[in-house]
Amino acid sequence: MLTKAPVEIRTSPHLKKAQTVEDIMRNVVYALLPICAYAVWQFGISALALILVSVASCVGTEAFFARLQGKGSTVSDWSVTITGILLALTLPPGFPLWMAAVAGVVAVGLGKMLFGGIGYNVMNPALIGRAFVQAAFPVAITTWTPAFAPGRFTEFIPSTLTLPFMQPPPVADWIAGLQLDAFTGATPLAIQKFDHVEAGTLDLFMGSVPGSAGETSALLILLCGLYLAVRRMLDWRIPLAVFAGALAVAMPLWLANPAIYPSPGFVLFSGGLMLGAVFMATDMVASPVTPLGVIVYGLLIGAVTVVIRLFGGLNEGVMYAILLANALSPLISGWTQPRVFGARRQGRWFARKPEGR
Amino acid sequence: MGLLDLIIPRKTFSHGGIHPAEHKELTAGLPIRRLPFAPELAVLLSQHRGAPAVPIVKVGQEVVRGEPIARAAGFVSVPMHAPATGVVRAIEPCATAEGPKAEAIVIEVYQAAPQQVLYDGVVDVETLTPDEIVMAVQEAGLVGLGGAAFPSHVKMKPPKGKQVEIVVVNGCECEPYLTCDHRVMLEKTDQLLRGVRIAMKATGVSRAMIGVEDNKLDAVAAIQAKLPAAGGITVHAIETKYPQGAEKMLIESLLGRQVPPGGLPADVGVAVFNVGTLAQMGELLPRGRGLIERVVTVSGPGVQRPGNYLVPIGTPLRFVLDHVGAKPTANEVILGGPMMGMSVASVDVPITKAVSGIVVYERDDADQKHRFVFPCIKCARCVEACPMHLNPSMLGELARKRQYETMEQQYSLNDCFECGCCAYVCPSNIPLTQYFRIAKAINREQKVEAAKAEKK
Repeated sequence: MLTKAPVEIRTSPHLKKAQTVEDIMRNVVYALLPICAYAVWQFGISALALILVSVASCVGTEAFFARLQGKGSTVSDWSVTITGILLALTLPPGFPLWMAAVAGVVAVGLGKMLFGGIGYNVMNPALIGRAFVQAAFPVAITTWTPAFAPGRFTEFIPSTLTLPFMQPPPVADWIAGLQLDAFTGATPLAIQKFDHVEAGTLDLFMGSVPGSAGETSALLILLCGLYLAVRRMLDWRIPLAVFAGALAVAMPLWLANPAIYPSPGFVLFSGGLMLGAVFMATDMVASPVTPLGVIVYGLLIGAVTVVIRLFGGLNEGVMYAILLANALSPLISGWTQPRVFGARRQGRWFARKPEGR
Repeated sequence: MGLLDLIIPRKTFSHGGIHPAEHKELTAGLPIRRLPFAPELAVLLSQHRGAPAVPIVKVGQEVVRGEPIARAAGFVSVPMHAPATGVVRAIEPCATAEGPKAEAIVIEVYQAAPQQVLYDGVVDVETLTPDEIVMAVQEAGLVGLGGAAFPSHVKMKPPKGKQVEIVVVNGCECEPYLTCDHRVMLEKTDQLLRGVRIAMKATGVSRAMIGVEDNKLDAVAAIQAKLPAAGGITVHAIETKYPQGAEKMLIESLLGRQVPPGGLPADVGVAVFNVGTLAQMGELLPRGRGLIERVVTVSGPGVQRPGNYLVPIGTPLRFVLDHVGAKPTANEVILGGPMMGMSVASVDVPITKAVSGIVVYERDDADQKHRFVFPCIKCARCVEACPMHLNPSMLGELARKRQYETMEQQYSLNDCFECGCCAYVCPSNIPLTQYFRIAKAINREQKVEAAKAEKK
């Protein structure tokens, strides 16, 4: 008795919930797949190629850096796959593939591995990659192509296959050749911002508008987010706080002057707010851990997004809003430490003063 | 109990907690059975919180079952009684579950002796004053049988300036696998209620609340059936959630009061006793006997005949495991429950008053999945799970950097009672509770050293 097997000695607890980091990350990938599928259906093989190249670039970069560090590969935990997919979903569908590869290298190399890999990144790596290419390739990243173009499953958007280090060919001729009605090459956000014409909320909700590969269908993103929230792998408070923050800024303006400012529905369902709120802001590593902290963090993202959209030079601000809030999240966590069981509320309502005993 | 229960959620504590698989069905339906006497019993002198007991027997002396063999050394200490008729073979260091060896009185059991408790006397508890009850409880060697083993009589004497107004009886038994309290509530209901009344009289209160998790509604019904109409005792079903049986959680669940950090239940006017303790109190006190055995749940995947056994104090763990048929592949033995109990390095340790359960595991390769430790991904599951509203994520980070003092001063490390919820939920497999235990131990050591340095 008790002699054949090696005896285990550990201190309590001796039980462990079955869920691991890998399980969570894998489920996030599952949740992203329908969005990818919709993007491919909408934009054709260009979107597919974009997603594949982006994921391959991210995974390759992580494998390379992990090898350099000699700590063993962390690719199998799926987190880098999420980064790759998210990055692709934020790019225009006709984005040159070589630029997407660069974005992937920067996202994982600079945004994640440089800080120490999974768990240590300060900001969302996918957004770091996107911010880099936004600065490096300002034209390509604002070149939008129409959704549901005929022949999208058989031919690439001309800019997709640009040779590395070459400028992409203009797509205006190609778009004109498609003979679609009323395609202006601008996203609903830009049209609203500069011409004050709103796209229909229903179109935005269902996703039949131009935009980044994965940003267009709010409904699909919400459903996929719901799956994760139900499985408790996504903090549902963050997207709700983001929406609340966005509405808190947009609502008064819209009430004051509906002719210039967008309606609340438009604010929520246009651009990258939905994808950002559900899948990017909820990046566990870069968001605060305290219950009050996630609310503050979400409100901040929502409010800053709308401020950038309406008063900044860009027509989309989700990316910078999230990066800013990511940078602040350790501070937010620090300010919003939970009140310890049984401790009296002291002075400031949001924090418990350190006390030595 | 009725339709209303389906609509209104049961009372529980305000934050955190987990729902691990219970596995109580293995033993919940099995009545308490007596374990035979081992040939040799080792009664540790220190199996309670406080000063170790002082032996009052000599080597070679014959002892009768139930006879005192060690006296209490001060107020926060309890005496020991002979768990069996036999002869004292030695008073020597003995292996303990905690690790270092400790003094124990080793009794060689007379196999032919009738093993009756001859050492007793009838006591009319009704006529005793509260102080006399407190003394009698100490004489009986009673300690908290839920696992903490804190001397029960000390809890009956709240510190000066604190008033106890209500007795809370802990029948939660929130640890997975354990069912000994459940069986005690079902089978020893009369003794339990007698014990509750004794505790109420000793503390001078007129109200007692028995809190039971709602996975043991049969126990609630059993108690309810025997409750006198006007006795001031009530029984409450509360949500099944670990760690409901932690006294701070239970007090909040039942009364909505939070014990302040570093405080005692007496700070909010409460004294908490475990059902097992009170059942023993109700059984032993009127007969003037001492605590010589306790109910232990033996369960887990590594046991062939799980059950609830009445085990004499001092029985070697090896004897118990042989009796219940531990499988040869078993490789982890835990004293207490799997969430807060300790795994033992040797099966030659004796059963003490604190052992509420023995859980035997066969760990296989599937568990290797939980050996790889990822960095913290700040998923905040630990923050959600912590019943004390701490920030285990931050504490873990600081522990990794060995900033133990910051943990204590700024992040309330000492409010952690090591329930294990954070480590249980952590998807990165970070041994958070284990980190905190080390941090606390190092802080304690440093304080002792600082005090020493000051004296010089």
